[in-house]
Amino acid sequence: MKLPISWLKEYIDLDGLSVEEIARKLTLAGLEVDEIKYAGLPMPAKREGQRHEFKTSGLAWDRDKIVVAEIRQVNPHPNADRLTLLDLFDGEQDQVVLTGAPNIFHLKGAGKLPKPIKVAYAKEGATIYDGHADGLALTTLKRAKIRGVDSYSMACSEKELGISEDHEGIIILDDDAPVGMPLVDYMGDAVLDISILPNMARNANVLGVARELAALTGRELKKPVIEYRTTGESVEHLVSIEITEPELNPRFVLGLIRNVEIKPSPYQIQRRLRLAGIRPINNIVDATNYAMLDQGEPLHAFDYDVLKARAGGKNVKIITRPAVDGEKLTTLDGVERTLTSTNVLVCDEKGPLSMAGVMGGAESEVTEKTRNVLLEGAAWNFINIRKTANQHNLPSEASFRFSRGVHPSLAETGVRRGLQLMAAWSGGAIAPGLVDSYPLPPNESKVTVTAKDVKRLLGIDLTLEQIASLLTPLEFKCEITDTRLLVTSPSHRLDMGEGVVGLADVLEEVARSYGYDKLPETHMADALPPQIGNPIHEWEEHVRDLLVNLGLQEIVSYRLTSPERESRVTTFDDYVTLANPIAPERRVMRRSLAASVLEAAEKNARADSIALFEIGPVFEPRPGDLPREPRKLALLMTGLRETLAWDVKDSPTFDFYDMKGRIQLLLSGLHYTDITYASAASIPHLHPGKAAEVRIGDVRVGVFGELHPLVKDRYELGEAPVLLAEFDLDALRRIPPVYGIRPVPEVPPVLEDIAVIVDETTPASKVDALIRQTGGKVLAHVRLFDVYRGEQIGAGKKSLAYSLTYQSDRTMTDAEAAAIRKKIIKRLEQELGAKLRS
Amino acid sequence: MLEQLNQIEKTALESLAAVDDQRALDAWRVTHIGRSSPLMLVFAGLGKLSKEERPIVGAAANRVKTALEAAFEEKARAIKEAALAKSLAEEALDVTLPGRTVHVGRLHPSTQQLRRVLAILAEMGFQVYTSREVETDEYNFQFLNFPPNHPARDMQDTFFVEAGERGENPILLRTHTSPGQIHAMREFAKMNPDNPPPIRIALPGMCFRYEQITARSEIQFNQVEGLAVGENITFADLKGTLNDFARRMFGQGARTRFRASYFPFTEPSAEMDVECFVCGGKGCGVCKNSGWLEILGCGMVHPVVLQNGGYDPKRYSGYAWGMGPERQLMLRYRIDDIRYFWGNDLRFLEQF
Ligand SMILES: [Zn+2]
Repeated sequence: MKLPISWLKEYIDLDGLSVEEIARKLTLAGLEVDEIKYAGLPMPAKREGQRHEFKTSGLAWDRDKIVVAEIRQVNPHPNADRLTLLDLFDGEQDQVVLTGAPNIFHLKGAGKLPKPIKVAYAKEGATIYDGHADGLALTTLKRAKIRGVDSYSMACSEKELGISEDHEGIIILDDDAPVGMPLVDYMGDAVLDISILPNMARNANVLGVARELAALTGRELKKPVIEYRTTGESVEHLVSIEITEPELNPRFVLGLIRNVEIKPSPYQIQRRLRLAGIRPINNIVDATNYAMLDQGEPLHAFDYDVLKARAGGKNVKIITRPAVDGEKLTTLDGVERTLTSTNVLVCDEKGPLSMAGVMGGAESEVTEKTRNVLLEGAAWNFINIRKTANQHNLPSEASFRFSRGVHPSLAETGVRRGLQLMAAWSGGAIAPGLVDSYPLPPNESKVTVTAKDVKRLLGIDLTLEQIASLLTPLEFKCEITDTRLLVTSPSHRLDMGEGVVGLADVLEEVARSYGYDKLPETHMADALPPQIGNPIHEWEEHVRDLLVNLGLQEIVSYRLTSPERESRVTTFDDYVTLANPIAPERRVMRRSLAASVLEAAEKNARADSIALFEIGPVFEPRPGDLPREPRKLALLMTGLRETLAWDVKDSPTFDFYDMKGRIQLLLSGLHYTDITYASAASIPHLHPGKAAEVRIGDVRVGVFGELHPLVKDRYELGEAPVLLAEFDLDALRRIPPVYGIRPVPEVPPVLEDIAVIVDETTPASKVDALIRQTGGKVLAHVRLFDVYRGEQIGAGKKSLAYSLTYQSDRTMTDAEAAAIRKKIIKRLEQELGAKLRS
Repeated sequence: MLEQLNQIEKTALESLAAVDDQRALDAWRVTHIGRSSPLMLVFAGLGKLSKEERPIVGAAANRVKTALEAAFEEKARAIKEAALAKSLAEEALDVTLPGRTVHVGRLHPSTQQLRRVLAILAEMGFQVYTSREVETDEYNFQFLNFPPNHPARDMQDTFFVEAGERGENPILLRTHTSPGQIHAMREFAKMNPDNPPPIRIALPGMCFRYEQITARSEIQFNQVEGLAVGENITFADLKGTLNDFARRMFGQGARTRFRASYFPFTEPSAEMDVECFVCGGKGCGVCKNSGWLEILGCGMVHPVVLQNGGYDPKRYSGYAWGMGPERQLMLRYRIDDIRYFWGNDLRFLEQF
């Protein structure tokens, strides 16, 4: 909301407070000022090296060089048809000013004016915006000859003074503007741009902000006096109201003003509206907008004679009701809208007139010809207005307020304020009375507060009197009885609840009024909670640490993806699908972490070496219910095994066994035993000969292997093989770790090598297992150190060379070692057909 | 004889002076103090001398032997030192050549920041509580005092899930970790429904908002919320705790301010700003000239939320706050494009 300071000052004395101090106080109290735009008032000086506290823009007007002046004569320019010469008086001397302003041009050659025209006059040396430049460019007025006539000063447009974008003509001030007065004193302003929080809608008006400032500064709130004279027949005899659904329309108020003269509003009013971001139309429409910004109640003006004609000259009857599905109304923007039963209509007996609280209808709107105005102020159900404004994409100042809740009491105040302004600006005569239908007044909130409540929730000691003194400036009614304070909400607030909720509502106001910055800081004195920890989280963090220690980079991918993206590696029948995705490629929740890490690898395809992992949930849909969110781990490695350097020009690429080694280290780091790796030829996206499943005991916890060449072709990846692993973390986590250590022996071990030739089809794990089994306890380590294939041993064979470490708790003799070795070889020969390689 | 010994010594020493490498030294040793050197021949001939001459010549020969051996040792040491000096000089490296690196694993920056935050909170007694990412409207909104069609819902644009007709309780992607507040309160309350125990938890996790993906807005982000509930918890405690947190997170000199704000699930609500650590409060691009950085939103747990969690608001009170680890990283590292976080570009991730 854009709020001119000059307007605010009508309701509270702000002397001695700078614009920035006002903005700071409002910001801390929850009315955050996003920007201050200066339109005349002096801007704060910048300290060395510092910038403004708030985002600041605009123009300050030099008091001596920009003043109110009056045009006394309008003469033609001797050498230019399109220009006129203005003789004006600036309070000290006569000046001649050139202008091409269209709003003066009709007076060209008029000579001496019967009534002088007041203008905003910038003297030689004044700094203003260049009216002809695109955007805002500062310029300083200098003496120059234009078509032979000396020009050194000008009568300004709004653009030149930074009030609005308007450069269509010069500003014509109201007649009462005092000639010679510095313009900044007459109408210098600054505009606060305030973001209105959802619970602060009551403050989306000048009076509301003034009320907050009164509470924050301890100064008095001077509410506008709404009084006026009335004449003629009472509106109550001419118009009636029927509300069909009070839930949707708790109150409807109408007032009548006769014999208005439609014309522009006073300049000061137009200026304020423009600063507030509203385009002035005419005095009647401006009065509705001005009253809304002033009081917070959106108003709607009908051409009374149009309604009267529609009623065939009889009394007008206004009816409010939900629209019938498919009903049509042409709104005042000229659009024919098809309505639904969510929308509420203001109708007469002939049909719809306007979309309640959102936009008026075209037929009954105020025009140049309007003479008599029927003014509506109403209260609407905020949810309903919100839905309607969204449905028809009609955000407006009115729907902004109504969709956040406007108290029904404001319907009457708003209409009265609107009539008062219309009378003042149009010369119209207000009819006595108001037609007021108020079937559903809101509950009045009454909350009992004790000093103990304040202590318990805010942590401060306040007396009931102190609490009351914080609330009364916000217009709460406070009654003290013994140990209790009975707080009644003011009649402009809908946000105050009852009971414990009401208490929280009131305490928020106490805290805001007291000042959050003044509340003390304390350490919790409360009892400590039960210590339940988070074993799942702690365990996953441990997994992350292990993987990082193995040289893998953690990544985090979008949870949102598309089935097409994932189907490059694996396909799923169903997904958690969004009803409102931002884009088709982000329309489902992922099912596969393999897809995530592959996309990351593709993105980094130009890197020499990629080794990464991701931990997180995948989402398994369940019809009509929340999805399962199992936790998964995916690892991916591809590229060079070694890092290159100036003397390391090349490196082998990662292969199956690099991945397997990482997995072994991970699982031993998690203290798992009884781990088996078995060939897994039927995992569609992995190479059938280079894939394995990992089991711990009976539980399959993961698979890994080289990406299938056909799958790899679907990604833009480098030449090197891609190793991929996927683990079910929920399964893995449930396996109990086995803690324990092998004692570190003091006796030196006996080392021995053994190489055997076996068929290519014999898995190494079988050889390994048989060696261990036969070696028994004293065979502490078995390490495969070479695998050989070649002519020497014949086709279809491989040689496996093992280094055996015998470790006993006493020194072993060579004979003892030889005996065991003999036993091992014998079993390998008998059970696997192995041959000792010599 | 004595004259001969003097000559032997003189000749040997003169010859040694010319020796400058190990090979020449070995040769000198054979020639001058070796078994068949003139000096040794003198020792061998001692037996043939008279009884009177024998001790005199013997003593003189021993003196020469000692002197030559000492000279030899001296020379040997000098040659060794020279050789070492030479080889050291020859082995000198260009120390400006780059070192060899290894593949280093790193945690994602968000994980790193989450850990920093959670570690501080853990020391302050807040335990980690995690909950699901796909939620119901009830848990994400209604139990947190966002009624259907409430204007506060405009603050959190939501992704909804296609899940058939579920009326006013659709399935959605959580917009904040706050549903975990309800899950946690209900879990704790269940331990002792008549006297629910106090709670101090930190709720980290991924959240989602319906946004366009731009340099400044993302569809997913991490959040960490804190929640304390007990029989004796005040707004002043909230200020104390969050100021402690800010000092641990941003330095002991960190200054903060609390601004009134609005969240449906807290009342009173506030935003905590920290004095800009880039410009020290003078105003800069990072703090948009204000001198303050918005760090977290907070407030006293709304009575409706306490009630929905199984805690009687007449007896219990609490506070909660929420903050964004990615935002903290962006401020700390001056990251100006939020899309880096889920872009998974190694050239970004390697910098943390
Ligand atoms: Zn800064």
